[in-house]
Amino acid sequence: MNVLIIGSTSAIATATARLYAQRHCKLFLIARDASRLEAQAKDLSTRGAAAVGSHCLDLLDHEQHVVAIEAARDFLESIDIALICHGSLPEQEHVEQDFEAAREALDVNGLSVVSLLTGLSQLMKQQGNGTLAVVTSVAGDRGRQPNYVYGAAKAMVSTYLQGMRGKLLPHGVHVVDIRPGLVDSPMTAKLEKGALWSTPELVADKIVRAIDAKRHTVYAPSYWRVIMAIVCSIPEVIFKRLKF
Amino acid sequence: MLIQGWGRFPRIDAEVLEPQTVSALTNTLASVPEVAQIARGAGRSYGDSALAGQVISSRYLDNFHSLDEEQGILRCGAGLTFEQLLEVCIPRGWFPPVVPGTKFVTIGGAIAADIHGKNHHRDGSFCDFVESFTLALANGELKQCSQSENAQLFRGVCGGMGLLGIVLDVTLRLNKVSSVFLKTQSIPTSNLNKTIAALEQHNDERFVVAWLDCLAQGESLGRGVVHVGDYDDSDRLTVHKRWGPGVPFSTPALLLNRHSMRLFNSLYYKLNSGSNSNESYEEFFFPLDSIRHWNRLYGRKGFLQYQFVLPDASAQEGISSVLQRVASAGKGSFLAVLKKFGAQNSNLLSFPTAGMTLTLDFKNETSLFPLLDELDAIVIDHGGRHYLAKDARLSESVFKAGYPQWQEFKSIKEQVDPDERFASLQSQRIGLTGGKGKHSS
Repeated sequence: MNVLIIGSTSAIATATARLYAQRHCKLFLIARDASRLEAQAKDLSTRGAAAVGSHCLDLLDHEQHVVAIEAARDFLESIDIALICHGSLPEQEHVEQDFEAAREALDVNGLSVVSLLTGLSQLMKQQGNGTLAVVTSVAGDRGRQPNYVYGAAKAMVSTYLQGMRGKLLPHGVHVVDIRPGLVDSPMTAKLEKGALWSTPELVADKIVRAIDAKRHTVYAPSYWRVIMAIVCSIPEVIFKRLKF
Repeated sequence: MLIQGWGRFPRIDAEVLEPQTVSALTNTLASVPEVAQIARGAGRSYGDSALAGQVISSRYLDNFHSLDEEQGILRCGAGLTFEQLLEVCIPRGWFPPVVPGTKFVTIGGAIAADIHGKNHHRDGSFCDFVESFTLALANGELKQCSQSENAQLFRGVCGGMGLLGIVLDVTLRLNKVSSVFLKTQSIPTSNLNKTIAALEQHNDERFVVAWLDCLAQGESLGRGVVHVGDYDDSDRLTVHKRWGPGVPFSTPALLLNRHSMRLFNSLYYKLNSGSNSNESYEEFFFPLDSIRHWNRLYGRKGFLQYQFVLPDASAQEGISSVLQRVASAGKGSFLAVLKKFGAQNSNLLSFPTAGMTLTLDFKNETSLFPLLDELDAIVIDHGGRHYLAKDARLSESVFKAGYPQWQEFKSIKEQVDPDERFASLQSQRIGLTGGKGKHSS
């Protein structure tokens, strides 16, 4: 199986790539930091990947997305799975007050994903098969005070995926939306951890199983589906007063 | 963030840094914190060896760099766990020459404690198979260390509890195996003499360890079951994935009382007597890993593990005194493990020395500490020493009596870390570093 992983050095992507390496998949990695990509390629080869290619890219540079996707196609020939994993958690107070910062956060977590999906969906349509899997977030389910800029970008991607899923159905392309809850990773290093926190390894396991089973929207871990259902059912009169 | 060792005692509010790359880690070292720093792997040492005001986690330094499948030479990051190592190496017919009692420890941690396994009497300890490693010193400088390069530093770092620097990359020699299943034999013994005799008798076998019923008294003091094993020739190289039950939260410490322990120990003795069987490497080496968070069984206050080694000449008398004292205090231990060590290596603070090592664990309670002080005296009187990876309470004098090479270690420490930036609660307690005031909590 040939797997493209975008934002491959993120903690969730790293753990997922290792699972595919164990299955002896052929992998293509896209991330920003060249030296980390090189180390990751060695790691995945040793863990059993059939072959590992990589491409260095700043995902904010949309014009280069086409080049990166071409590089992936050249290396993998056909792309069975494309997993989009990149993202960054902005400081809410900062992005509330500084539009340029908000724009960048929306770009990293939202627009850049749409740009990649535009290219990848066309490629997979041509192939007539494949799975597009995107890591979004439970933060996209309802706008909440501590992270609504991040949440808005993730909500945009989730809505985009919902529509695209139907559009790609006749072409044999499947779309998976993975919504992790709180994950203990470098992105959340500054936050206090509690009982609901999960690990990148658990989320990775969920991602691989969701792709195998051709699920549509999965929460990782599963209990977040219940938590978010409750969060979404709170009447707005009350919800607007909640600070969590 | 509140952190603790596997024994869940003591706890400390620490700043936890998780650098994602070696350069991020050396950048971290460029700024000097006001508190002491110590490297931390999976947090599987039992006491306070990896506790300090600031801990530097090897969590993300867990890449494989290369595996030479012809020679069995592995290069990897220090944060890699045995669990991950085994998943990759077993299918290719390679196995670490020394494994600890749990697969959840990191390679860096294994070097820091120079861990031993059930084959120490035959094969030595983990660091005997470490070809080399890269060490980050307190000033951020990287040093390559091996038996031939910076050899003195190598001998200090191996078993040195992370006090000389942070191990980053490791080159390790693996063993060729054709099967990861073991044929095992369980031999019941009726008292301590017989247990020790059985250990001596099977000293040529590859893996040998004894479980003791530490609540048995009088005639049957030191009765137990000696487990002997070696790889079978079934050509099975399968990674064993076993998902056992977990312990979701701390159970009331009352569950572990004299009666439940007596029941457990008697049952274990009866069920394990005189059988031959075939076990996977998981069942044989890592029996407790199948119960996730078994440390929670000891209640909220945690537990202390107590491991020491006595020279062969005084082992029987010393162990007998310890067992008698424990039994008369009614402080049984679920797991009492006795094993024979082989010769000592040249590392300055490595625990294993020729003789017998006994491991006990106890629920943390106030009345335990005076008892352990008494046991310390017995151990030192019989020429023994304690395992630092298990320790949370040893006094400076007891430590120094057991480890005569501490001064040599300290002189290396003065050369590579004169400001004592790397220190743990343990090193401050046992006098390997000063600066007790550095920890506010």
